[in-house]
Amino acid sequence: MSTDNVVDTKRRRFLVNSTSVVAAVGAGFVAVPFLSSWMPSERAKNAGAPVEVDISKLEEGRLMIVEWQSKPVWIVKRSAKTLSDLVTLEDNLRDPASENVAQQPEYAQNANRSIKPEISVLVGICTHLGCSPTFRPDIAAADLGADWLGGFFCPCHSSKFDLAGRVYQGVPAPTNLVVPPHQYVSDNVILIGEDEGAA
Amino acid sequence: MSNLMTWIDERFPATKMWNDHLAQYYTPKNFNFWYFFGSLALMVLVIQIISGIFLTMHYKPDGAMAFASVEYIMRDVPYGWLIRYIHSTGATAFFVVVYLHMLRGLMYGSYKKPRELIWLFGMFIYLALMAEAFMGYLLPWGQMSYWGAQVIISLFSAIPVIGDDLTLWIRGDFVIGDATLNRFFALHVIALPFVLVFLVVAHILALHEVGSNNPDGVEIKKNKDANGIPLDGIPFHPYYSVKDIVGVVVFLFFFSIVLFYFPDGGGYMLEHANFIASDPLKTPEHIAPVWYFTPFYAILRAVPDKLMGVGTMGAAIVVLFFLPWIDRCKVKSIRYRSVIFKVNLAVFCISFVVLGWLAMQPATEILTFFSRVFTFFYFAFFAVLYVTSKNESTKPVPDRVTS
Repeated sequence: MSTDNVVDTKRRRFLVNSTSVVAAVGAGFVAVPFLSSWMPSERAKNAGAPVEVDISKLEEGRLMIVEWQSKPVWIVKRSAKTLSDLVTLEDNLRDPASENVAQQPEYAQNANRSIKPEISVLVGICTHLGCSPTFRPDIAAADLGADWLGGFFCPCHSSKFDLAGRVYQGVPAPTNLVVPPHQYVSDNVILIGEDEGAA
Repeated sequence: MSNLMTWIDERFPATKMWNDHLAQYYTPKNFNFWYFFGSLALMVLVIQIISGIFLTMHYKPDGAMAFASVEYIMRDVPYGWLIRYIHSTGATAFFVVVYLHMLRGLMYGSYKKPRELIWLFGMFIYLALMAEAFMGYLLPWGQMSYWGAQVIISLFSAIPVIGDDLTLWIRGDFVIGDATLNRFFALHVIALPFVLVFLVVAHILALHEVGSNNPDGVEIKKNKDANGIPLDGIPFHPYYSVKDIVGVVVFLFFFSIVLFYFPDGGGYMLEHANFIASDPLKTPEHIAPVWYFTPFYAILRAVPDKLMGVGTMGAAIVVLFFLPWIDRCKVKSIRYRSVIFKVNLAVFCISFVVLGWLAMQPATEILTFFSRVFTFFYFAFFAVLYVTSKNESTKPVPDRVTS
């Protein structure tokens, strides 16, 4: 040890840097379980089984709300006039033909966004910031303008949707309301949360 | 006694800390009314921590029990109503004093060199405070708690690609639920208070390193006597510690009026819809945030596009961080600055207040139009400041503080 007073700074810097890198990688690995613990638990994932709804008492022009996965799901029975009105709105909508495939299953990608033309099934959560819009079937409502043909209005940030859940232009919501997977078990019973594709 | 202090000082710098930060911390002698709010903010922090600790002894952070446990605190716990109202009134008081404290910084240029870091620490305190208040507001688990949190968390869903997974991660469930409530409770009572206290210490240490600004915006350290003590400086203790007690008494006077006579603040501090238990199926007809978030909420609502709206709202807060570099004028205090600056600052303050009011109104077409106008004015403040401050025609700044 003849050179015990000479510090090899290169070697020292290498050791300091490599120790720091190894420690940082270790800290990164330790963070994984903590960050992962914030993801939905197994219990939360298992909740939210499909719901059966009897719509035999639903009258034309009315809305019923059921709970699925803790979210409000709307079922609206639309009149023939409403269905013909839907076509006239197309120029005012962002996505009139439901081209955004994430917002509805394939069988609801049609003019009425539904399986049966008159029955609309929608997740009642605004695609803007998650409020639940209000059902406003009143045509030409004073606060919504003379050309309002009925639909949904979000009180939080004034997004407007028509009675097929299609979003108007010039409002903050970017996409149409979501149509949940659903199927008809019988003529008047809808199963929400599962469609015929599922086992 | 002095023997005891000597014994301690040899082991812990008690006297040194006392002198550095209080008895020999020299403060400009010309502080005015606006200089009460820093120490008041510190006091409110203490009030919130103490009242909060006692609330956790009775509150249940459980989706099925939370709302009832708050009612239990209000009705059955001895003086529970008082402790809860102290905490809820304290939240409002915190933002009142912090907003006034920030306005003081704007008026007297307290964010300017060499105090940029004080301003940045302060902005992080403001950010942590907003997170703290937001998470605290979920805990009563009423309708406004629930839907307010739903909206704020959904803000993150505007982020492209990762947005939806990020909101899922924050909530810990597909909707706001027990998991969300439980983690917000943990963040509200443990994590964020630690962050806040750490930032407050950093804020004060940075301040005491460079020294306090004052209403004249002149550096008192430029003129020192033979002992190195600023000629215009007086020790913080006892001069300002005693003066601040007057501020505390006046503050507590107003605090008590609200606490005992208007604990819900007319629906702006504790919103009426929050006296109804949370219902995931029904959004209240009229939803507005608590008053201290309203200006930013109005900006969000003014933009008819999700990503742009969230981005604009975020920018309204982020731009404040850059104030020390946006304002390029060498003169600090409003007393010696141009008319343009005074008008600009006045328009900014008016815009902030008007935006706050607009957010509490239903979004009609005409009011949305006004939201856009005042959002423009809000941002125009920074643009005008940047352009005009470089070659601003200022008045001569005195060498020593006045009066």
